Amino acid sequence: MLEIKNLHARIAEDETEILNGINLTVNPGEVHAIMGPNGSGKSTLSYILAGKDDYEVTEGEILFNGENMLEMEPDERAAAGMFLAFQYPIEIPGVATMEFLKTAMNAQRKARGEDPLSIPDFMKRVKAAASHLNVSMDMLKRPLNVGFSGGEKKRAEILQMSLLEPKLCVLDETDSGLDIDALRIVSEGVNKLRSPERAMVVITHYQRLLDHIVPDVVHVLSKGRIVKTGDKDLALELEKNGYADYVDTAA
Amino acid sequence: MPAVQETIDKVKAIDVDQYKYGFVTDIESEKGAKGLSEETVRFLSAKKSEPEWMTEWRLDALRRFQQMEEPTWARVSYPKIDFDDLYYWAAPKSVEGPKSLDEVDPELLETYAKLGIPLAEQEILAGVEPKNRVAVDAVFDSVSVVTTFKEELKKAGVIFCSISEALREYPDLVKKYLGSVVPVTDNFYATLNSAVFSDGSFVYVPEGVRCPMELSTYFRINEQNTGQFERTLIIADKGSYVSYLEGCTAPQRDENQLHAAVVELVALEDAEIKYSTVQNWFPGDKDGKGGIYNFVTKRGDCRGKNSKISWTQVETGSAITWKYPSCILRGENSRGEFYSIAVSNGHQQIDSGTKMIHLGKNTSSRVISKGISAGKSENTYRGLISAHRKASNARNFTQCDSLLIGQDCGAHTVPYIESKNASAQFEHEATTSKISDDQMFYCLQRGLSEEEAVALIVNGFVKDVIQQLPMEFAVEAQKLISISLEGSVG
Ligand SMILES: Nc1ncnc2c1ncn2[C@@H]1O[C@H](COP(=O)(O)OP(=O)(O)OP(=O)(O)O)[C@@H](O)[C@H]1O
Ligand SMILES: [Mg+2]
Repeated sequence: MLEIKNLHARIAEDETEILNGINLTVNPGEVHAIMGPNGSGKSTLSYILAGKDDYEVTEGEILFNGENMLEMEPDERAAAGMFLAFQYPIEIPGVATMEFLKTAMNAQRKARGEDPLSIPDFMKRVKAAASHLNVSMDMLKRPLNVGFSGGEKKRAEILQMSLLEPKLCVLDETDSGLDIDALRIVSEGVNKLRSPERAMVVITHYQRLLDHIVPDVVHVLSKGRIVKTGDKDLALELEKNGYADYVDTAA
Repeated sequence: MPAVQETIDKVKAIDVDQYKYGFVTDIESEKGAKGLSEETVRFLSAKKSEPEWMTEWRLDALRRFQQMEEPTWARVSYPKIDFDDLYYWAAPKSVEGPKSLDEVDPELLETYAKLGIPLAEQEILAGVEPKNRVAVDAVFDSVSVVTTFKEELKKAGVIFCSISEALREYPDLVKKYLGSVVPVTDNFYATLNSAVFSDGSFVYVPEGVRCPMELSTYFRINEQNTGQFERTLIIADKGSYVSYLEGCTAPQRDENQLHAAVVELVALEDAEIKYSTVQNWFPGDKDGKGGIYNFVTKRGDCRGKNSKISWTQVETGSAITWKYPSCILRGENSRGEFYSIAVSNGHQQIDSGTKMIHLGKNTSSRVISKGISAGKSENTYRGLISAHRKASNARNFTQCDSLLIGQDCGAHTVPYIESKNASAQFEHEATTSKISDDQMFYCLQRGLSEEEAVALIVNGFVKDVIQQLPMEFAVEAQKLISISLEGSVG
């Protein structure tokens, strides 16, 4: 599904190198966790996957279902099934969450040549997804992310993910800011989306998320490079010993 | 697009009236002489078979106009207008229009399509020559035409006709109220209008009558170099209610066209007038060439106790907009409202706002202004809130928000507050925001195109005002706003 080959990228503005040759293959049905110290380039990688133009790819390629992803616009990537749950979700003043959801779902449907959802169909889907994630109808009437608590923002991200039914889900620190109950609810929401056709990349600092969303593969990213790959036990080991062992080898 | 449907209905109704106005199908465009003079004024007044006092009224205005200087305080700039190079009278023409939609500017057709205007109506808007070309022009050009709803309105006792007709049929009413809200010498453009106004609407709602339908006209500027000087007068007698819609579409992309309209509203005791405008005249091309100059004087007089006047405007068109729909809150307990969305893109310049003049006791007013600037445009809100000595307990709330799209546009807020009464309470809130790159990226990541993202955020920004519009107008207005902002990002 996702093939990243020797990806080098830098900040477009000042040409600071951030990613230094990332190789990563994610197959349908797999969940990959990416861990790594602050500033190692995890969010940058997720932004590049989503097509943010602050970054410039200087070498390498990204294939999404065989297609050259770097040539696609961000909205085209979204319609093709790429979803990013932001580490810091953006506030959209004046736009009710419900309205945003409807516009996004219909925009993707339009891009795929499908008819817009009928209002009753849309409402049914939103109500179902919202109740699973413990998102209240009141919250859906408020402007998206404006004044939402940290945890509410993360739940709103996963709500969008459930409704948009992407093929590739990239979750950037979705666990940060969640209380214990919310962590469980959100993880259940994510697990419900696990399927043989869907791939997930879960960026996190903590094992506790991976207790709920059990990964098939765990990678350690350091200084813009994947320095270690293992199974779910790697995360347990990192929890105990920190990154010291791996970060040094990357230097 | 109900306004257009209505136009078609009107067109059907004209069959009868065109004879009344002396039109026949084969007349050429008939224009008076170019230039502004006593002769011009007499010519057009005679053309309209106006009473003597009206001719004199116009001539008085002309003499005063000739003493006046064009104002320069607004934040707009444009080449000097040569008032002697304009025509002040144009009757409908029967030739020169495109033969079919194939001959119409495709960009214009695209706009119509986006607005969801059916083909048949597009033909009318684009000025395609059907067999009833004269009739169509009669609706769209200077000569206003009696409306379809006449019968039903008659039953309710509501008078809704052109000013020309009102001058013939109800001269006493016109004489009593014309110029009573916007005096002849009020300002440069209003004085010009008073001298040469072409036509416009007249509405009188009798005591205690709730007008059974929304009244609307669809103005259009159709002739090159024809200054348009519409004059509208609406009177709501005691305890009556009326909602009036005014909408415009840009038919042509030609030279700068001057538009200097005057609208006067009078609300007597316990009466309410709701006046809504969607203005979408040609704003000029991508280099800022062409486009309409829109210098409008709109004022409502809350003359009686407990009266209410509310202005709602959606301004998306024109190269230059100079417009301050205002309320004089004379009657005790009277209320004025101003809801405005002003969208500027390309090289448009908008200087618009309102004046709320509190004269009576316990008067209140509310101003909600949403300015959106994109491209290289300049968008200024200019508002005056004043309380006179006797206006005890006057209250005003003003909310003035600006949204910037891109780096090259400007938004300016110029509030004037004058209070001569210590008990007056005036509140002013203002915000300026931008659509950030992060917001755009977030929306795009969810699958919205750039245009959809801007439309979504902008519609969120303006929704408090959109809610004030009658339903059918609201949908049209939202679409217009999105279309006006196309190409403003990326
Ligand atoms: N647009 C930008 N402008 C300047 N510096 C940037 C930009 N984007 C990323 N960086 C820098 O690139 C490095 C990698 O940042 P990134 O956000 O990808 O780290 P991360 O691995 O997600 O960290 P964390 O675990 O703290 O979220 C950091 O040093 C960051 O400051
Ligand atoms: Mg990060």
